[in-house]
Amino acid sequence: MDLELMINSFPKLLNATVVTLKLLSLSLLFGLFIGLLFAIMRMNNNFIINKFAYGYSYLFRGTPLLVQIFIIYFGFGQIEFIRSSFLWVVLKEPYWCAIIAFALNTGAYTSEILRSAFQTIKKGYVEAGKSLGISSKIIFYKIQIPIAIRQSLPAYGNEIILMLKGTSLASTVTLMDLTGVAKYIISTTFKPIEVFIVAGSIYLFMTFLIHNFIKFLERKYNY
Amino acid sequence: MELLAFGKTGWGDELFYATLMTIAVSVTAMLIGFLFALIFTPLKLSKYKSLNLIGNFYTTVIRGVPELLVIYLFFFGGSGAIMFVASMFGYYEYIEINAFITGSFAIGIISGAYSTEVFRGAIQSIDKGQFEAAKVLGVKKHIKFYKIILPQMLRLAIPNLSNVWQITLKDTSLISVTGLVEIMRQSYIAAGSTRDPLFFYSFAAVLYLLLTFISMKLINRLEIKYSRGF
Repeated sequence: MDLELMINSFPKLLNATVVTLKLLSLSLLFGLFIGLLFAIMRMNNNFIINKFAYGYSYLFRGTPLLVQIFIIYFGFGQIEFIRSSFLWVVLKEPYWCAIIAFALNTGAYTSEILRSAFQTIKKGYVEAGKSLGISSKIIFYKIQIPIAIRQSLPAYGNEIILMLKGTSLASTVTLMDLTGVAKYIISTTFKPIEVFIVAGSIYLFMTFLIHNFIKFLERKYNY
Repeated sequence: MELLAFGKTGWGDELFYATLMTIAVSVTAMLIGFLFALIFTPLKLSKYKSLNLIGNFYTTVIRGVPELLVIYLFFFGGSGAIMFVASMFGYYEYIEINAFITGSFAIGIISGAYSTEVFRGAIQSIDKGQFEAAKVLGVKKHIKFYKIILPQMLRLAIPNLSNVWQITLKDTSLISVTGLVEIMRQSYIAAGSTRDPLFFYSFAAVLYLLLTFISMKLINRLEIKYSRGF
């Protein structure tokens, strides 16, 4: 056991954790919007809109995240139309490619979580709102959405942890996140176990924090 | 379309074999995962606190650390660990383990952590009366497990195990970083030599979708079979 290496690599890995957290928070933010949008589309009665949202979530949940990143990072650069448009400013950066892929991926899972949450809302709540003469828009924003968020908290907590682990794939498109730096240190020192223990502990610590934060929210919004 | 031709001109046969490799790794990893689940589920359900601790340590660490990090640990550390064991028996030559074994082992350990949780949940949700009834009737211990607990457990576990299978199948794409030629690696090679990454990665996505779709259909049949009478 090489303790010195573990101590020396800790600050480097901690620096890389900042990149991981940035990737995580941005993709979750965008992913939540995408998820909400597609969850609403899934509940639409229009056949085409409904099937489109279903196809989206099927496509992104049925393929590995690695494929999605590679298509966006390596694949889209090949299309002349994208290269010459303003999109290229964003898509030539591996950082944004990774975030787009993560956001689309977590969006698909989030849409499923939110959809099932909306479907489990008791009809009585909506009917009660209607009978009190509240407009259906306000029923949706003030009654259905808050209940759905509370319902989906446990599942969404799992999704955050899955996404935290998913951000490690950013290292495959040259980004130096926690896993990227860990791999770099391993391949230069050939001490995989030591680096794994340090990097793994940082990941575990973050999972622990997320888990407890969600538990706290669950208790706070208990009804 | 000619890019997908079989034979020397296209990548069809290469991708076909790569798909077989993905299936082989997934199945091996799933089986290794079952072995791990077989060891760790009893530990998690044990009466003894220290055994619980070992079981919980395994599932918590593996499910809290990125798959890629576990794969790097095995990829860089695997042959080192084996050489260390070999050196204790007086063998000092360099040993290289094959990427298939390292890969399926790494994914197997990950899949095992999920399977352990599934089995634990399934056993815990079997009615206590079933255990007691078997005891009262004087059913032998292993018959009780195989004829009473296992069939009921499988019915509850199959839907969740199908999720574990999907996760495992998708995780195998990460082994491509170690150089094992499965779907992802083959697409990477093909994309590099034809300069057409969009086509090959999209095709890889289609292959994965096909695999998940077909396995879903097969698992649904199993589910129907095991839920007879319910």
